[in-house]
Amino acid sequence: MESLVLKSHRFRAEREADWKKLEVLLDRFERGRGGQLTDDEVVSIPVLYRSALSSLSTARAVSLDQNLIGYLESLCTRAYFCVYGTRSTFFERIARFFRKDWPTAVRDLWRETIVSGLFGLLGVFTAFFLVRSGAQWFYAFMPRELSEGRDPSASAKQLHDVLFDHKGGAEGLTFFSSFLFTHNAEIALLAFALGFACCLPSAFLVFYNGLTLGALYAVYFDRGLGVELGGWLFIHGVTELFAITLAGAAGFKIGWALAFPGKMERLDAMIKAGREAGLVMVGVVIMLGVAGLLEGFARQLINDTAVRYSIAALTAFSWGAYFYLYRPAR
Amino acid sequence: MSLSDPTVEKRVRELVTPEGVDLRVVLADASERFGAFALDVVFIIAALIGISIAAVLMAMTTGGKGFEFIATIWILGSFGLRVFYFTFFEMQARAATPGKRIMGLRVAKRDGSALTADAIFVRNAMRELEIFLPLTFLFVGGEAVDGWIALFALLWCGVFAFFPLFNRDRLRIGDIVAGTWVVHAPKRVLAGDLAAQPLSLAFTREALDAYGIRELSVLEDVLRQKDPQTMEAVARRIRAKIGVQDGLRDLEFLQAYYTALRGRLEQRMLFGKRKRDKYDKS
Repeated sequence: MESLVLKSHRFRAEREADWKKLEVLLDRFERGRGGQLTDDEVVSIPVLYRSALSSLSTARAVSLDQNLIGYLESLCTRAYFCVYGTRSTFFERIARFFRKDWPTAVRDLWRETIVSGLFGLLGVFTAFFLVRSGAQWFYAFMPRELSEGRDPSASAKQLHDVLFDHKGGAEGLTFFSSFLFTHNAEIALLAFALGFACCLPSAFLVFYNGLTLGALYAVYFDRGLGVELGGWLFIHGVTELFAITLAGAAGFKIGWALAFPGKMERLDAMIKAGREAGLVMVGVVIMLGVAGLLEGFARQLINDTAVRYSIAALTAFSWGAYFYLYRPAR
Repeated sequence: MSLSDPTVEKRVRELVTPEGVDLRVVLADASERFGAFALDVVFIIAALIGISIAAVLMAMTTGGKGFEFIATIWILGSFGLRVFYFTFFEMQARAATPGKRIMGLRVAKRDGSALTADAIFVRNAMRELEIFLPLTFLFVGGEAVDGWIALFALLWCGVFAFFPLFNRDRLRIGDIVAGTWVVHAPKRVLAGDLAAQPLSLAFTREALDAYGIRELSVLEDVLRQKDPQTMEAVARRIRAKIGVQDGLRDLEFLQAYYTALRGRLEQRMLFGKRKRDKYDKS
């Protein structure tokens, strides 16, 4: 008979204390984002992790204890995710996003943005000319619940009132703006997610968004209220339409990578596109939040067309400069 | 869950650390993924109900004046939960939503690199397409024509919703685009070493060559569960097979045989021979 105590048993007895130490540290790390660990403990994790890994290799070679190997595999995997996980804190990540990642990602998407914008414009013009040629087209483009009485049968007075008369001041505005934000954000997320199906649904959604806009504009244009509607729309619309255009562009990016992966494998091409498009989408949700605030508050409180246009111009300039003029170091 | 289980074996994937050790992660299967998602939905709905109750209570105390404020909170709260619940929890150190934690799962990059916030956002933005879009079509009206359109739209969306069932790695669309997958990350407890006691019985070489590694791990499971009936049956079969008459109790006999068998198999392993199972004659 061999020695009374197994080699694998001695091996385990010698190293068990280190494993337990690592396990306790990992428990604390996973519970609280590493905040409560002291510097010494943080430094000791990679060391303990490497010794646990070497234990795992050895255990696989010398031990037939399933429980031990399973334990070490789970311990090493947890430690691996801790050691090679994201290093930056949540706030550093956010700062980097605004300083560099977001504008860079949007700028890199310029081709898709132009295409997406063209689809939107195409929708606007299509609906504009169709509605002017025959008023019944309006109802084809505009969902009834969105038009709220702003249709071809309304009088110029009624249409004008929608743009300017907001009885009751700030009443109901927070509700209104939060509703608009969530509604638009869901549309944008959808435009992005649909890009996965080879771009087409994204293109359609952007186009359709343009259609409703064009139909509405045609109605106002016929009553000589085109300029006023412009102010009413663009005070928030610059931000909102830009955001939806970007969402469509992000969808195109993914759909294009799926359809034409180039030299990469289809899956890899899509992962790469998805990473860049994802950054843009985080930004889109932020932009829609801003648009919702402008729409809910600024538009309802400011009833002067000139002021509305100047705010629109200001937002257009800010976004444009931030995305296309500002060049962070790569 | 044991790695020797053949259904698990199929889901083991290589994850080689920079140190060159393969961690052999186990992918979550479709039922576990669905279970985790269902739990998360339950938590979200519970949170929404909580918000609603708080909102109603507030409305009652403010005499209805705060209604608009409450409705705002509710709209933003439900949107925030729908979009950011998954993202927020997966950005934590555990990289898992509460549902995934309960199921012992976590999100990881397929190439083993660090899981980034961008990847997490992308994989959850895609949920819009996989879950919420089909749901929308599911609840869209029942009029004749619209009903048919909704049905076809639902079928089309169903392709995305059931995508995980059609690929080997159980990836959903969001996983594909973000380059992630969902793996098992259970916390295992290190149980005591069964070979701690010294041998109370000597076995012949033939007795120890009767079984292989697979039988050893079954014996390990039996000894850890300590079910008297199973132990009695197993002990009887082993005694018959190796032809040993001893006066020991079943537990003591099995422990002694386990230790001796493990010692023998481990020794042979050190010399480069892994005896797979009892049919492995070499």
